[in-house]
Amino acid sequence: MSSDTIARPTAKPVEDPAELRVVPARHYARWAAGIAVIVLVAQFTHGLATNPVWEWNVFRDYVFSETIVQAVWVTLQLTAYATVLGFLLGTVLAFMRLSRSPVLSTVAWTYIWIFRSIPMIVQLVFWFNLSALYEELGVGIPFGPVFWAVDSNTLIGTIGAAIIGLTLHQAAYAAEIVRGGVLSVDHGQLEAAAALGIPRLRQIRRIVLPQAMRAILPTAGNEIIGLLKGTSVVYVMSIGELFYQVQVIYGRNGRVIPLLLVATVWYVVLTSLLSLAQYYVERHYARGTDRTPPPTPLQRVRRFMTKETP
Amino acid sequence: MSAVMVDVHSVHKSFGPLEVLRGVDLKVRSGEVTVILGPSGSGKSTLLRTINHLEKVNRGWISIDGELIGYRRSGDKLHELKEKEVLKQRTGIGFVFQNFNLFPHLTVLENLIEAPVSALRRPRKEAEETARRLLDRVGLADKSGAYPRQLSGGQQQRVAIARALALEPKVLLFDEPTSALDPELVGEVLDVIKDLAGTGTTMIVVTHEIGFAREVADTVVFMDGGVVVEQGPPSAVLDNPQQERTRAFLSKVL
Repeated sequence: MSSDTIARPTAKPVEDPAELRVVPARHYARWAAGIAVIVLVAQFTHGLATNPVWEWNVFRDYVFSETIVQAVWVTLQLTAYATVLGFLLGTVLAFMRLSRSPVLSTVAWTYIWIFRSIPMIVQLVFWFNLSALYEELGVGIPFGPVFWAVDSNTLIGTIGAAIIGLTLHQAAYAAEIVRGGVLSVDHGQLEAAAALGIPRLRQIRRIVLPQAMRAILPTAGNEIIGLLKGTSVVYVMSIGELFYQVQVIYGRNGRVIPLLLVATVWYVVLTSLLSLAQYYVERHYARGTDRTPPPTPLQRVRRFMTKETP
Repeated sequence: MSAVMVDVHSVHKSFGPLEVLRGVDLKVRSGEVTVILGPSGSGKSTLLRTINHLEKVNRGWISIDGELIGYRRSGDKLHELKEKEVLKQRTGIGFVFQNFNLFPHLTVLENLIEAPVSALRRPRKEAEETARRLLDRVGLADKSGAYPRQLSGGQQQRVAIARALALEPKVLLFDEPTSALDPELVGEVLDVIKDLAGTGTTMIVVTHEIGFAREVADTVVFMDGGVVVEQGPPSAVLDNPQQERTRAFLSKVL
């Protein structure tokens, strides 16, 4: 059949249905909206780059300065400790709540209830004033004599108090996240493990938790990112983390906006790194769920460049 | 006649007000295949689950190879065993589930060696050798590195059978092993079970496959309403049932 027939199908009807050409619908409104949004974004970006208030030269001077880099390191340490300790304690609490012992589950429930009820900043100030609550901490027989005691302020410094506060707060949320993950695992998995005689702890570690991770990770990722930014409230304890140091510097030189920008950029960079890590951890725990695992973004880019078909 | 391997003695089981087992007695001899038939809700799956103590009994007792399951007897009292001891007893009882219940995040080989390594403390290498031999036996030697979801239903159930065999159990329990399978996949699973029957493995199979029962069973047990209505060799129970309830059931499924 000649190309004329296809170009003017109404003039001479095509016999073979396979020869009919599909004309995609045209979305004029979508085009218009797209252009409008691009103009707005361009205007905003232009303002961001050219507005002298941002003082990009001040930003450049401070973003990699020693004080700031050190403060970022403190922020990272606070986040790492509170994440690891918080999720460890949270996992213990989750299994206590799921336990058949009414004492364990009630204690866990009460803990979660209390620590979710107290604003983090209030709790941190409490820990900061720990020595007012307990002057000494000691080891001994419950309700009996004390063998060894230490002044509470020497045992836990300011950083220690901050880590304890963040950890206890985080553990309450982590407990519910882990419990949700454990409940999402099919009951048949536990039955199979029990029928095979696999020891109880091994059942949890090897069979339940790896499968629970699929449900735990997306919410845990949210929590850790929230925690990273949440560490900024420990500025109330005068700890030299990112937000505190930025405030100290602009208190001295008055360059508020560029220094807030320094903090913002660092928080965005750290959060992006965490999101990236989350993607790969999720991928690891997704093994076995799909017949063929989806390619990583890197593999996708490589495939696009070499025009390979998957 | 060979010794009694599984002895179920006047077992009662209720879920709340619902009485599922109302005094079941059953003896399975070593090396024999017992097939349990019966309508849904007759208590056959519950009976099977009490044998490896996935369900506790309310009254009566069960012993395997002379050992009480889930309890220790002293005088006229039955003391409940600790979970650890029950888990140890279960390593001698293989259980195959209707829905396979393979561990989806572990490869086929890891599924097979998990219990031998963690429960029986077998060296990993030895467990892997046994696992490969068993996979070969169920016709899946080339699938050791696959994940369960990459397999068909029939293949998954064959892996589950191999997983149960990896503990070298004294008795194998099958809970409707072909009920979750597409019709064309039922045959490959039944073939594996038939093959095992030929090697003298003691087995109790709950199923709806009457043809399989006729071909493989040494004893057919018909259950209804939480009791054993009739039992005997397939020729008697299937071809010449004495009880009206058995006849009514068979007329519906045959």
